[in-house]
Amino acid sequence: MLRMPPFTVLNPSTVDEAMEQMLAAAGEARWLAGGTDINPNLKHRLLEPQALIALEGVGELRGVSVNEKGWLRLGAMTTLTEVAEHAQIQAQWPALAQAASLVSGPQLRNMGTIGGNVMLDTRCQWYNQTHFWRKSLGYCMKKDGTECHVIKGGSKCVAAASNDTAPALMTLDAEIEIASGDGRARMPLAELWQADGIWNRKLSPQELLVAIHLPPTAAKHHGAYGKLRDRGSIDFPLFGIAVRLDLDDAGKIAHAALCAVALQARPWPLKKVADALCGTTPGEQDFLDAVEQVAALAAKQCRPMPNIPGDHEYRHAMVPVYTKRTLFAAAAKAGPVHHL
Amino acid sequence: MAARDQHGPGAPWGKDFHVVGHAQRKVDAMAKATGEAVYTDDIQLPGMLHAKMLRSPHAHARIVSIDTSKAEALPGVHAVLVGSELPIKYGVIPWTPDETALAVDKVRFIGDEVAAVAAVDEDTAQAAVELIEVEYEILDAILDPEQALVTPEPAIHEDRKRRDNISKHVDLSFGDVDAQVAEAAVVIEEDYEFSSNTHTAIEPHCAVAQLGADGRLTLWSATQITHYVHRAIARVLELHPARVRVVQPCLGGAFGGKSDPFSLEFVVSKLAMKTGRPVKMLWTREEVFYAHRGRHAMKMHYRTTATANGMITGVDAKLLIDGGSYSSFGLVTTYYSGQLLTGPYDFPNYRFDSTRVFTNKPPCGPKRGHGSVQPRFAFEVQLDEVAHRLGIDPIEIRRRNFLGDHTTTVNGQRITSNGFLECLDAVEKASGWKERHGKMPFGRGLGVAGSMYISGTNYPIYPNKMPQAGIQIKVDRSGLVTVFTGGNDIGQGSNSMVAYLVAEELGIRPRDVRVVAADTDLCPVDLGAYSSRVTFMVGNAAIDAARKLRKQITESVASHWATAPSEVRMINGVVIDLQDPDRTMSQREAFHLAEEAHDTLGSTGSYNTPTLGGDYRGGSIGASPAYSFTAHIAEVEVDPETGRITVDKVWVAHDCGRALNPTIVAGQIEGSTYMGAGEVVLEEHTMNRFGLHQGPSLLDYRIPTSLDTPDIEAHMVESIDPEGPYGAKEAGEGPLHSTIPAIANAVHDAVGIRLRTLPFHPSKVLRALAEQKPAQEVQA
Repeated sequence: MLRMPPFTVLNPSTVDEAMEQMLAAAGEARWLAGGTDINPNLKHRLLEPQALIALEGVGELRGVSVNEKGWLRLGAMTTLTEVAEHAQIQAQWPALAQAASLVSGPQLRNMGTIGGNVMLDTRCQWYNQTHFWRKSLGYCMKKDGTECHVIKGGSKCVAAASNDTAPALMTLDAEIEIASGDGRARMPLAELWQADGIWNRKLSPQELLVAIHLPPTAAKHHGAYGKLRDRGSIDFPLFGIAVRLDLDDAGKIAHAALCAVALQARPWPLKKVADALCGTTPGEQDFLDAVEQVAALAAKQCRPMPNIPGDHEYRHAMVPVYTKRTLFAAAAKAGPVHHL
Repeated sequence: MAARDQHGPGAPWGKDFHVVGHAQRKVDAMAKATGEAVYTDDIQLPGMLHAKMLRSPHAHARIVSIDTSKAEALPGVHAVLVGSELPIKYGVIPWTPDETALAVDKVRFIGDEVAAVAAVDEDTAQAAVELIEVEYEILDAILDPEQALVTPEPAIHEDRKRRDNISKHVDLSFGDVDAQVAEAAVVIEEDYEFSSNTHTAIEPHCAVAQLGADGRLTLWSATQITHYVHRAIARVLELHPARVRVVQPCLGGAFGGKSDPFSLEFVVSKLAMKTGRPVKMLWTREEVFYAHRGRHAMKMHYRTTATANGMITGVDAKLLIDGGSYSSFGLVTTYYSGQLLTGPYDFPNYRFDSTRVFTNKPPCGPKRGHGSVQPRFAFEVQLDEVAHRLGIDPIEIRRRNFLGDHTTTVNGQRITSNGFLECLDAVEKASGWKERHGKMPFGRGLGVAGSMYISGTNYPIYPNKMPQAGIQIKVDRSGLVTVFTGGNDIGQGSNSMVAYLVAEELGIRPRDVRVVAADTDLCPVDLGAYSSRVTFMVGNAAIDAARKLRKQITESVASHWATAPSEVRMINGVVIDLQDPDRTMSQREAFHLAEEAHDTLGSTGSYNTPTLGGDYRGGSIGASPAYSFTAHIAEVEVDPETGRITVDKVWVAHDCGRALNPTIVAGQIEGSTYMGAGEVVLEEHTMNRFGLHQGPSLLDYRIPTSLDTPDIEAHMVESIDPEGPYGAKEAGEGPLHSTIPAIANAVHDAVGIRLRTLPFHPSKVLRALAEQKPAQEVQA
C-alpha cells in the first residue's frame, strides 16, 4: 500500500499544551483530529509535516452541550456520528444533523469530527491524487506546481470546498471559537472563508478550532440538507445545499437562508436568493412560486466547475433540482435529500 | 483418456448424492473468517527485502538513458534492476509476446514499469526509486482507438511484422447476412459503446521470491495461472523449469485481473537472484489500476434482420476494440467478441468484423465474461428493439429464437445441455413479468435479457496434447485423503469443489479430504482459473481419479467380505455390505484393506476436451465442452428529473448444469450480477487528456457499495450436462452478461429511451429524455 511520510505524533491533553507544541514546531506541524482526511492526504504527499498534534486527548474539544440561553456548543472533536444521532440537534438544528449523517460512510463518521469536516481541505481531481500521479501531470498550483488544470491560464486555485456540514452551519449562523498564539477569539463561521482553493480559510494552519457555537433556533424552525453524489455512501458531495426556513406564528416564512457547497473554494451562501421565500407560506401557492424562483436564481449563482470528478454540466443541472427538493423537504420537516 | 468418456452425470452410490447438491462449508471458510489464511503479503521470510517499482510518467516515450547510481548508493539498497537485465519478451498468449518485465527501450502508458529497487524496507526502496534518473524522448501518444485504427505512426510496438497499431483483426462470416436485408420485415441498425472497467479485486497483486541454497527458485504469487507463470518465469529468467517452483497462496479475488504473468513476478525473482535474499513486492491500489487487464472498451455497430414474427435471419457486427498498450489475451478477446454471441438464439446468418487496436493506455485483458459481455450488451438491446418494433413480447421473441439443446451453432460450436427456456420461465414467473411489463407507471420498468458462456475451451493457450487438468490422490492410513490439484482457487471455491467431488465419489465426508493446490512442485498441471474452466475440467479429473481409487477400495473390501464389489457401499465414511447392512467398517479400515491388497494407494485422473469447434481458422477459439445459459430480468426506477437509474431488483436464473454446492453457485450468480450492475450505472476506467488514469483509487473508481446494490434473487436451473462433472457447468462468469442489457431494456420500459453507451450516467439519461420529448411532439 502507499506509505506514510515520516512524522512524529504529539499527544497534548489541553488546548494550551497543544498550542505550545504547535508554536514550537514553527509551521512544521499539523493538527490530527479524526484523521479520515489527513491520512490519505499524507500518503499522497499533499502534506509533509514533521509532526502531527493529535487532539484526541484534549478534553475541552469534546462534548455537546446547550447553555441556559439555548446556545449549542459542539466541541471540535465531536464525531460526525454523535452530531448526526444527537436527538436535540436533530430536533432544533436539523440541517446540521442531516448534513453530518451524509458525510462519507458509517465507519468514517465514527472517526471523523465536526471540526475536521468544517476545516476540510478543498478538493480537486488534479490535486487529490498520489505523488506519482501529480508528478506525471507536472503538478498543479495547489501543491508543487504553478498551473491550474481546471481553468487554463487561471491565476487562482478553484479547488472545491467539500465540507457538507459547513453550509448547514452557515445557514444556522454558527460562530467558531478559535485558539491561537494570542489566546481565544470568536467569529462568525461565514467570515472564515476566502476565495482561494489553495487555503480557503482566513486562519492559519497553526490556529485551532476549539468549538462551534450555534444560537438557538426559532420555535418554528425548519431545516434540511440536500446532497448530490454518485453512490449512496462514501463519496464527497458533487453539490450540497443547506436550507433554513423560520416561520412566524401565522406560518409565514419570516427568515430564510440557503448555502451551497462543492462549487468553488468557499461554501457559497445564496443570500439574496432566499429573500424571495420571505412572506410566503409553505403549502400555499406563493411558496411554490417562490421555490421555482429561488431554484432558478440558485442555478444562476451556482456555477460548478470541472474541479471535482464528474460531469460539471450535470452538477449544474442538478442545482435547481436539489434546491427545490431540499426546500420542500425543509417545509415538510423531512430530509435529508439524497438519492436513496 | 478423457474423463467425459467414462462417467455419467449420475450419483456414484445409488441414486442420491450425499455431498453434492447440499450446502457445504467451503474448505477454507473458517481460516479466512479467523484471519488464519495466509495470503501472499502475509509471507515473511528471514532476511526478506522489499521492492518498489519506478513507473513511466509519460504515455509514450523512448528511453534515452537510465542512471541508477544515486539509487544504488542509498544506504539500505541491495539491488536496482533495469529492463536490459530481463530483455526476453513474454505474453500470456505465446503468439503475441510483446511485454518485458521492465521497459527496455520504450514506455507505452503512464504507469508502465521502468526499473525496480530491492531494499531493507519499502520506504528505503521508494526513496531509491525516486533517485533513479531517466531521460525520455517523448513520442506522440495515441489515446483514441479511432485514431489508432488510422494512424500507423508512431507504432506503439515497432518490432512486429505489421507496422501499424492494429493488435488483431478477425473477420468471419457464416451464411450471407447481406442477402437477408431485402426480405427482412425489420432491420435494426445501431451503434453501441462499452466503456472500459476493471476488476477491483480486494487483494492487490503481490509476489515473493526466494532463491534456495539448492539453486531452486520459489515464487509465491497472487496469480490465477500458476502453470503459465511457471513457464514464463523459466523462459524470461533463463532457468530450467525444473528449478522453478510457483505457488499461489490464498487469494483475495482476481476476476481475470491476475491471469497474465505480471512484471512484479519477474522482478522479485530476478532481484532474489541478484541479492541472494528473499524479495517481496506488494503493489499499491494505484499500481493495480495501471496493471489493469480489465474490460476492453468497445465501439460496436450491429445490424439485425428479422421476419415479421420475430425470427432472426441475420446478425452483422463490426467492432472496434481498444486494447491499451499490450496484447495480453487480445488475440482471444478479438475472437471472443464475435464467437460467443451465437447462442442461446439461432442465428441462421452471422458475420463479425472485430479489430483490436493498441493505444497508450493501461493494457486491457480478460475481465469476468472475457470479450463477450460487451457484444452481449449490444445484441440484447438490439433484440429488444426488434421485439419492440414488431410488437412482440421481449421474452417471447427470445423463446421463438431459441437455439435448442444438443445442436450446433452457426459458427460450428457444439451445444450440449441447454436450460435457457427454463431460465426464461423462472425469471418471468418470479418477476411477475406478464402482469407488470409495459404496465407500470412512467419511471418504473422491467427488462429482460439472455446470454450464454463457456465452461472452459478446448484451446489450451499453448498447443499440446496433454490433459488440460490433472489430479493426484494420496490415501493416508489415518483415513485422510489428500488431493493434489494445479487448479487455482481464487475465492470461487475450486478447492472446496475438489473436496466435495472426491468425498462424494469415495463415500467419505468432505472434512476427511485435504486439498493441496496450485503449487507447481507438488501438484499436477492444471491450466488455471480462467474461461470458467475449473469446475468442469478439474472436477472431471477429480472424479476420474477418485473413481479409480474407489474401485480399488471396493474390490478390496468385497474380497474381504467375500461379496461382489457392487454390494459394497461407502456413505459418509462408513462402508456397508448391502446384503448384510449390519456388516460395516470405517473408511480407515477399508483403506487399510486396500493398501494391503494394492500396496501404497494413490490415483491420478485427468481431463481433456473432445475435439470441438468449427473447421476454419479460429474455429476452436470459444469452442467449449459445455455452455452455461442465463436469463436476467431487472426492475429499475428512473428519476426523470435527476436522470438517476436505481436498480431495485434483479431476478436471475442460471443454467449451471448441476449445482455442486448451491450456496456457492448462488454466491457466484449474485456476485456476477452485482458486478454487472456496477458496470451499468457507475464504473468507468478512463484516461484524461494527458493519458493519466482519471482516478486510480477506490474513492474515484466507484464500485457499488452495499447501499447501491440491487436486491438479487438467484435461481438455479439444473440441465444436467452429459459431460460435466456430475452434470455441472460453469457459474462464475455467465451470470454477469445479461445483467447489463436487462437493465438497459428496463430503462426503456420505464421511460421509453434507448441507452446505447455505457455506463448510464444520469447525464446521459437526461440528454436522452430531452431528445425524446421533441421526437414525441413531432410524432403527435
